[in-house]
Amino acid sequence: MTTVSSAEHTRRDFLYIATGAVGAVGAAAALVPLIAQMNPDASTIAAGAPIEVDLAPVTDGQIIKVFWRSKPIFIFHRTQKEIEEARKVDVASLPDPEPDSERVKQGHDQWLVVIGICTHLGCIPLAHQGEYDGWFCPCHGSQYDTSGRIRKGPAPRNLALPPYKFVSDTKIQIG
Amino acid sequence: MRIVKYTAFAFVLAGAVATAFSPAMSEEQEAPPRLKWSFAGPFGTYDQAQLQRGFKVYKEVCAVCHSISMLAFRNLAEPGGPGFTQAQAAAVAAEAKIQDLDDKGQPIERPGRLADYFPSPFPNELAAKAVHGVAPPDMSTLAKARTYQRGFPWFVFDMFTQYQEQGPDYIAALLKGYQEPPKDFQLPPNGHYNKYFPGHNIAMPPPLQDDQVTYDDGSPQTLDQYSKDVAAFLMWVAEPHLVARKRLGFQVMVFLIVLAGLLYFTKKKVWHQVEKPRELAHGQDPGKTTI
Amino acid sequence: MSGHSTYQPQSRFLQWFEKRLPLGSLIHSSFVAYPTPRNLNYLWTFGAILTFMLAVQIVTGVVLAMHYTPNVDLAFKSVEGIMRDVNFGWLLRYLHANGASMFFLAVYIHMFRGIYYGSYKEPREVLWILGVIIYLLMMATGFMGYVLVWGQMSFWAATVITNLFSAIPGVGDAIVTWLWGGYAVGNPTLNRFYSLHYLLPFVIAGVVVLHIWALHVAGQNNPTGIEPKSEKDTVAFTPYATIKDAFFMGVFCIVFAWFVFYIPNFLGHADNYIPANPAVTPSEIVPEWYYLPFYAILRSIPDKLMGVIALFASIVVLAFIPWLDTSRVRSARYRPLFRQFFWLWVIACIGLGWLGSKQPEGIYVILSRIFTVYYFAFFLIIMPLLGIFEKTKPLPNSISDSVLGAKA
Repeated sequence: MTTVSSAEHTRRDFLYIATGAVGAVGAAAALVPLIAQMNPDASTIAAGAPIEVDLAPVTDGQIIKVFWRSKPIFIFHRTQKEIEEARKVDVASLPDPEPDSERVKQGHDQWLVVIGICTHLGCIPLAHQGEYDGWFCPCHGSQYDTSGRIRKGPAPRNLALPPYKFVSDTKIQIG
Repeated sequence: MRIVKYTAFAFVLAGAVATAFSPAMSEEQEAPPRLKWSFAGPFGTYDQAQLQRGFKVYKEVCAVCHSISMLAFRNLAEPGGPGFTQAQAAAVAAEAKIQDLDDKGQPIERPGRLADYFPSPFPNELAAKAVHGVAPPDMSTLAKARTYQRGFPWFVFDMFTQYQEQGPDYIAALLKGYQEPPKDFQLPPNGHYNKYFPGHNIAMPPPLQDDQVTYDDGSPQTLDQYSKDVAAFLMWVAEPHLVARKRLGFQVMVFLIVLAGLLYFTKKKVWHQVEKPRELAHGQDPGKTTI
Repeated sequence: MSGHSTYQPQSRFLQWFEKRLPLGSLIHSSFVAYPTPRNLNYLWTFGAILTFMLAVQIVTGVVLAMHYTPNVDLAFKSVEGIMRDVNFGWLLRYLHANGASMFFLAVYIHMFRGIYYGSYKEPREVLWILGVIIYLLMMATGFMGYVLVWGQMSFWAATVITNLFSAIPGVGDAIVTWLWGGYAVGNPTLNRFYSLHYLLPFVIAGVVVLHIWALHVAGQNNPTGIEPKSEKDTVAFTPYATIKDAFFMGVFCIVFAWFVFYIPNFLGHADNYIPANPAVTPSEIVPEWYYLPFYAILRSIPDKLMGVIALFASIVVLAFIPWLDTSRVRSARYRPLFRQFFWLWVIACIGLGWLGSKQPEGIYVILSRIFTVYYFAFFLIIMPLLGIFEKTKPLPNSISDSVLGAKA
């Protein structure tokens, strides 16, 4: 190999480094669409838009199930007895401490709106079952109360709350 | 270089033979005039006002017969399109009647939502066919589903001039192309003579005329304007990401040209040792590399 | 490819791994130290370009398959869903569709290079035949991929091509029914084409491995057609061939990007944006451009069975050219007569391609027949005879002599 001056060395190295760097940038940029395409597409996002639910047909004590973003949502029209049951509990003793007041909207205490997916491994709990007048999950025996909080069983957290608001006294918008 | 010369010669020869011997217009289709479109060329974009006008023409005239089943109301508010706001798109959706089921499983009609697609004017294919004997084609991809023969050598030039607007040119020409048939032309009953429709016999009666649709932005309310606007709108429906595509294309081309240039100089540098015959004369072995 | 590897693993981990699976030395001896003729021109970069395009098609294809639905009622809509709703879906679809065209463009240049320089001659016959097999697999894969869109052209091309098999006497109709899975092209056909379209590219990848292996046994051919005689005639694959491959791959990608971003539907057919309608045949049924020459050959023969035989023969004949060509001289550089016949054959191929897009009537049929006759004559008559009668030019002594001679 002919000896090469150090100036040529650095010039040649610079070219190689520049080429390598530009190539690497290109390779990284090429990855972006390949990874992004797995994110929810526009039609899925559109289908997950907020929905409105009319509460008027839901009678006292009734629990209905609607779907939002393919997830089941329980809407529970609680009786006065069920509301008091939820409030009476000593919050500190709960596996996932949370007072009932933080799980409902002010002025609309009789309405409990929760995502109907057991926080253990994802089954849909059964309504009006279990020792706590709430839900019972048949998969591994988790039990939820009238505020949708976990009381017994392997589930770690209370039933999750979806984003929702009251557009009128008898209508909510979920999402 | 010889290869290049020979290939070029081959091309020209083949083309010359073909053009010399080609019979006259075996497919009866008149080439439509080439129009200037805002979305043509490497930096083309859609004219939002034009798309809005074209949408109005579609909604008030074409939608009576033509479905556009892959267009959703939400698309009207997406970037790169007519530029409606979410609220405006939702208002358009709410005007539409969507077939759905109520809680008891009974068929009902409800107002449209953003996620819904434009409903078809006909309940099924047979009903669509019944009006004119042929079902009016769905318009979702129409602007890409229509073209005309360019012939040699024009289609070669099109590769370089990026002519991709055959569809809108054809649609705009067709809408203005209704004429009295020439005396020797046998027009079947219920057919209409159109200069640009292949075979000249089209089932669709002339759909547009001057002053049929009111434009709020003061654009001329002429057949010519309507045909251009609706053709542009249909192009957007068929190719909603055109603007993003061309923009990314420019970035990618610049990047690739820079990269190819760097690779070229790197190649030259790497081969410098080998391509110098002096090295060989001095008995040095270019095959051994220390890199 | 003989001799011990000069590979020395750098780290302890690599040494440990090398003892258990000698991947490092395999890569080193095949793609780093591998002696490559020093006089290769840019036509020799197309092997690497083809490998790159196979990877591009597999990656974009796998990703598209995450969003595509192979059912006759949903297929067209799912493709449009990819174009409209999937993030970068339009880009992935256009990359895959135009990538197929670029794949075939590269393979034709690669094949023409092979024929011009005699790369199919002894000892590279198996290498060449493996290439013909790859080409056949590519044609099958491309055909089935096009059907998946389920546009008008998809459906009617599937109908025409599967119907070809009905020309086989006796069992023809049974074979066609078996291919269809029904009484016409329909949902069973679409589903099995989807399965096979996903499978075949991996079969191609396997045959490509064999193809590269066979290549490395004999070593590359080169523009002189003379084998390397000493170390002076070769350079190490890395960095010399690697950088040339990379550069021309960059140029190739510029052409690819031009199609994808600016004229993505130029090479396609407008009718494939119309959903398939079994009740309405389009005014012309045309395959994609890379099948046009064979389509012209098929239609130039008036008899149905003979047309089908001619179609398959036009590809299968390629496998025999190592034995059809009797010349002792490999490269057309030193075969002045062969060179002229070769270029006429290229004109015939391009001409057949153009004719494949025209209606089979009048002058087009006459020209198709002339070109078809020449296409077969080139292989069956000219190649055997030229070897006997051609006066070739004197060959240089060695590769490095030919390189020096050009520079001096």
